Amino acid sequence: MQQSWSQAKAAFAAVAVPPVLWLLLFFLIPLGVIWAYTFGENVGPVTIDFTGTFANYARALEPLYLGIFWKSLVVAGLTTLLCLIVGFPVALAIAFATPRTKAWLLLLIMLPFWTNLLIRTFALIAVLREQGYVNFALEWLWNNASGFMALVGLQPLGAYEPLTLLYNNTAVVIGLVYVHLPFMVLPLYAALDRMDRSLMEASLDLGAGHLRTIWAVVVPLAAPGIASGVLITFIPALGAYLTPDLLGGTDSQMIANVIERQFKRANDWPFGAALSFLLMYLTFIAIAAQAFVQRKAERRG
Amino acid sequence: MSKAKFLTGASRRSMLQQFGAAAIGISFAGGLSACNRGGGGRTVNFYNWDTYIGPTTLDDFREATGANVNMSLFATNDELFARLRAGNPGYDVIVPSNEFVTRMSQAQMIQELDRSLIPNFDNLAPEFQDAPFDPGRRYSVPYTWLTLGIGYRKSAMPAGFVPDSWRYLFDSPQFTQRIAVLSESADLIRLCAKYKGISLNAIPDATLTEIEQMLIRQKPHIKAFHEDDGQDLLVAGEIDLVLEYCGDMAQVIAEYGDADYGWVIPREGTLINQDCLCIPTGAPNAADAHAFINYLLDAEAGQKIAEEIQYPTPNGAARELMPDSYKNNPVIFPTAEIMAASEYGAFEGDERSRLYEEIFTRISAA
Repeated sequence: MQQSWSQAKAAFAAVAVPPVLWLLLFFLIPLGVIWAYTFGENVGPVTIDFTGTFANYARALEPLYLGIFWKSLVVAGLTTLLCLIVGFPVALAIAFATPRTKAWLLLLIMLPFWTNLLIRTFALIAVLREQGYVNFALEWLWNNASGFMALVGLQPLGAYEPLTLLYNNTAVVIGLVYVHLPFMVLPLYAALDRMDRSLMEASLDLGAGHLRTIWAVVVPLAAPGIASGVLITFIPALGAYLTPDLLGGTDSQMIANVIERQFKRANDWPFGAALSFLLMYLTFIAIAAQAFVQRKAERRG
Repeated sequence: MSKAKFLTGASRRSMLQQFGAAAIGISFAGGLSACNRGGGGRTVNFYNWDTYIGPTTLDDFREATGANVNMSLFATNDELFARLRAGNPGYDVIVPSNEFVTRMSQAQMIQELDRSLIPNFDNLAPEFQDAPFDPGRRYSVPYTWLTLGIGYRKSAMPAGFVPDSWRYLFDSPQFTQRIAVLSESADLIRLCAKYKGISLNAIPDATLTEIEQMLIRQKPHIKAFHEDDGQDLLVAGEIDLVLEYCGDMAQVIAEYGDADYGWVIPREGTLINQDCLCIPTGAPNAADAHAFINYLLDAEAGQKIAEEIQYPTPNGAARELMPDSYKNNPVIFPTAEIMAASEYGAFEGDERSRLYEEIFTRISAA
């Protein structure tokens, strides 16, 4: 009972025109304007001439900015890897939970989305700062251990020195993992949930251990899910700017922070646009890589 | 710069608002005109910093003139500039800082004021009736002014020690990892020039290189480049020394007392900013905009504003009406020697801001 869209052109048009118009008006045209800026030149505080120059790209490819791109790639890559390591067992657990628990677990994963990113980041600051909850808990443990050691006649520990958890690159990665974890868990869960369970049973029946089954059967079957999870974690992490701004120290600048400053303080839209588009070209490469993995997995399946 | 609120104890919320505005990034113009056309009556669209007006000022103006004031808020000069860049979306009065007065007048984004409609201009203290960034005061009248300085925690200093030099922020390991400085490239570089004993305007290239190297050397000792929330980092105990605007520290001292929090403007002098009232080109209601500016310069209206926001006022007549706790407050009004050593930052062209920005990017990436 398959119907081709050509049999109901009017209905198709009625459904398709609003989103296409929306996409054109609010996405493609503004994007095109920004793309045009990348070939522009500042001639006054508010005037940009579209001269077709490649100077902005040339400047964006200077070692200074390439270094910042590289650093952002490393931070986003590390974030994605940690999300995968943390998210995979979580997704596996959700996929194998009872239907009732599953709904609750999924809700818990999605719950943070109901809160603004900014609020969540400030909450993280309250947790991690020197007079924050992590340090309070550690101090409590430290003082109790110290008291216990005095009790059994040992030299008590000295005064507690709060750990510096904020304003460094570690804090940025922690923040990014925290924010992006749901992006990883949900596609992984979707892939694991619709997997054919009998294949796992077969693997176990034929003598493979649990770990080997996960490694040799579950992971390859979930590869498309892993690839899309990696992609939709990596891309926003690459463009993160609030987290490095708020949690980072003096050398936590990522490329999005530089782009933001071009559009604001430096008032250099053409250069900011060129940096943005370089970032976008990188994103396209990542999407192409994901499509490649997916195609390979489909061919094998 | 955040004109974060004073005496209201809600600084964090204003910070959230700032970041909210920043997160949206470049705002699109055009939304404003639609909402104000209804309702009839005369309206002045006032685009101001957060908590930068007296509690009853707008109502008082309506009673005096019959015109409504519709106030919306911006968080940084860059936001104001970006908003008006593509054309005035319907504002009548805006409050750019000195450098941006020059920049926007050069770009013809603000219009010349008709001084005959602003008789209260005479209330201004004589030194504020002219300005190097707007010769003859053709485009702007001063609203408030402010300084940059060091906020510090007294209990973290050696006994009786006052960090009265930029050295402690920019060129010394003494307070390693207990320092936060503002992440404004131009302010940072200019204050380093002050530390080096030269003018903060027209800094020679050789000095810029020295400043860059000095800050790269100092970077391991600096904990964070803060987004103008440095006073919060100080209060939270993350740091002991912070580069901040006077109003933000005045707020901390008013809220938590001066037993542990101190404010000092280093002896090398500092950067002075002045926030000015201007009328953007294409203002829909220029007549009432002039009347509103005139009203803000009124002695009593100015007194009510200064009482609320606690920033130094250029309005001599309003200052006369204020109590000594304001007039003689060293956090609000620096000494004459400090003022003599301090300077306004001039707008030196977009190329210059880009150069400063690139230096800051290099420092951050180093």
